[in-house]
Amino acid sequence: MFFRMIKGALFRQKSKMIMIAVTIALGSSLATAMLNIMLDVGDKVNQELKAYGANITVVPKENSVLDSLYDLDDGSETAAAHLKEEDLGKIKTIFWGFNILDFTPFVNTAVTLSDGSTAKLTGTWFNHHLALNTGEELDAGIHSLRSWWEIKNGQWLDEQKESIPANGALIGSALAERLGVNTGDTIEVKTAKGSQSLQIAGIYDAGGDEDEQLFTLLPVAQELAVAKGLIDSIEVSALTTPDNELARKAATKGPAALSPADYETWYCTAYVSSICYQIQEAIPDSVASAVRQVAESEGTILDKTQLLMILITILSLFGSALGISNLVTASVMERSNEIGLLKAIGARDYRISGIVLTEIMITAVVGGVAGYFMGYGFAQIIGHTVFASSIEMKPMVIPLVAVLIVIVTLAGSIPAIRMLLRLRPAEVLHGR
Amino acid sequence: MSLLELKNVSKIYGPLKALDNVNLQVENGEWLAIMGPSGSGKSTMMNIIGCMDKPSLGEVILDGVDIAKESGKKLTEIRRDKIGLIFQQFHLVNYLTAVENVMVSQYYHSMPDEKEALEALERVGLKDRAKHLPSQLSGGEQQRVCIARALINHPEIVLADEPTGNLDEANENIVIDLFRQLHREGTTLIVVTHDPEVAEVAQRTVVLEHGRLVKEIMNESFET
Repeated sequence: MFFRMIKGALFRQKSKMIMIAVTIALGSSLATAMLNIMLDVGDKVNQELKAYGANITVVPKENSVLDSLYDLDDGSETAAAHLKEEDLGKIKTIFWGFNILDFTPFVNTAVTLSDGSTAKLTGTWFNHHLALNTGEELDAGIHSLRSWWEIKNGQWLDEQKESIPANGALIGSALAERLGVNTGDTIEVKTAKGSQSLQIAGIYDAGGDEDEQLFTLLPVAQELAVAKGLIDSIEVSALTTPDNELARKAATKGPAALSPADYETWYCTAYVSSICYQIQEAIPDSVASAVRQVAESEGTILDKTQLLMILITILSLFGSALGISNLVTASVMERSNEIGLLKAIGARDYRISGIVLTEIMITAVVGGVAGYFMGYGFAQIIGHTVFASSIEMKPMVIPLVAVLIVIVTLAGSIPAIRMLLRLRPAEVLHGR
Repeated sequence: MSLLELKNVSKIYGPLKALDNVNLQVENGEWLAIMGPSGSGKSTMMNIIGCMDKPSLGEVILDGVDIAKESGKKLTEIRRDKIGLIFQQFHLVNYLTAVENVMVSQYYHSMPDEKEALEALERVGLKDRAKHLPSQLSGGEQQRVCIARALINHPEIVLADEPTGNLDEANENIVIDLFRQLHREGTTLIVVTHDPEVAEVAQRTVVLEHGRLVKEIMNESFET
């Protein structure tokens, strides 16, 4: 009989139940969309922030110690120790290899120019094609790591273009102005170990110290620095998970301070510290460290974005609870005669509340499921509008939304249930 | 011992006495009509006898139990087990069919039994309308469903509040015939009405005015 009553109430009062289901569906859809975006926004914002450059630098261990002691960071002198160029590909073989978006090596040397002044020459990859031992192939280089550089004249260097001269170089706008050179000109650079003429392929504006530098192909700089097959440092752009307490503990106290379970969690999460750790494991005698400014900005932006999403989710659920509350209360008021009658013929309060709650919960399930799929659609629309990519639907959102809907529906039903319990059959059946 | 006895019962709402020191006895199997104009206290009396309200003063002894002293939970049990209610506005659940409306009463009493519910509808001449919703039934048919619902649990008292108030003459006669049949079977009937024709067919009539029992009439020509 219980189910016949529920069925009767649901199917023969369709319009009322549809209204409640629609209200729940709206709340559920917003919660689904916001929670999925909130959980996926980390990766999306991370990818956006990658446009601002590398977030990890790798240097030889020995240099790292010297840098820490003497704050040697101008890189104008040839480094005392080097990393091996042949180890570069190993960066993509770490546990979080798929999160390594780009990387490029650097060889720095101080050169004397034709006017007698000195400048910093950096050899690097621009768009280097790399075939790994694992069979994977990829393109890496400074081009995407310096996406904010503006090529004022000429073009980017590209190792994969045959038209690019083997001695090609990019020159910073300030240096080009000082030397009075332009694209296509050749400049002579000298080191203690030799000289080389560089052909200006382009003039860039970096908006900083790099405007006083020259960038050339890696082999050219290696030859001038007499460092064949060696590199000074690597810049890595990696997709990372924002730091939490565990990541901060690992970063400050070292992975050895973690318990085995914490270590495993930390190692298997794409924290910037665990990726650095894995790069150090892959490249012998190296020290990988996070570019704190970028990492912290990412964390701050993510925290704020997620807080915004949480607030929108809470507000949407609160609005949904108010809507449900109004609709259910109106429904109970409309059905006061029926409820009064059930009480009059001997139904106890809990049995009537049970029927009303079951009706609402079934409606909530229908509304919740419909809302989930609507939310999926909303999330994709937002994803494509804001991030130009799809939002991945996280399975954990399903139980989360289910619990939220149950809580919101129950909370929204409280005023109606209280009214129902207060209802006296004599008052409603005789209109007193 | 009487099945129902009201001793010095008053119901007071602020300055208003809806019932004023009412004394009444109803014997087992009796058919009693309660008459009176609007505002005389008929519905208040029915609510008190039907365990839907409590008197402000006095005792209401139903089957040996003073229901004026019982808790709300106990009153619900008494209502469920001993009383069948019939209303002027029928009060059927609009999304349940006729047979389901009868079964609802069984459900809250013991166990729903569709066969028994259909028999109750057959008794009021509505077996062929069992699967119809209240909106698909006439007023007389709805009232007969209401009577079937009131009888399904074999109550000790059937309380009817203006049972013919919304019916035409033909349906009024059908309902009165049903009451006669119930009376013959030994059911105690208390019918609240302002219609003298309905009161005349009862065994005894009491008249309420301003909350007081002012007259008692025995129907000499009463036919069972």
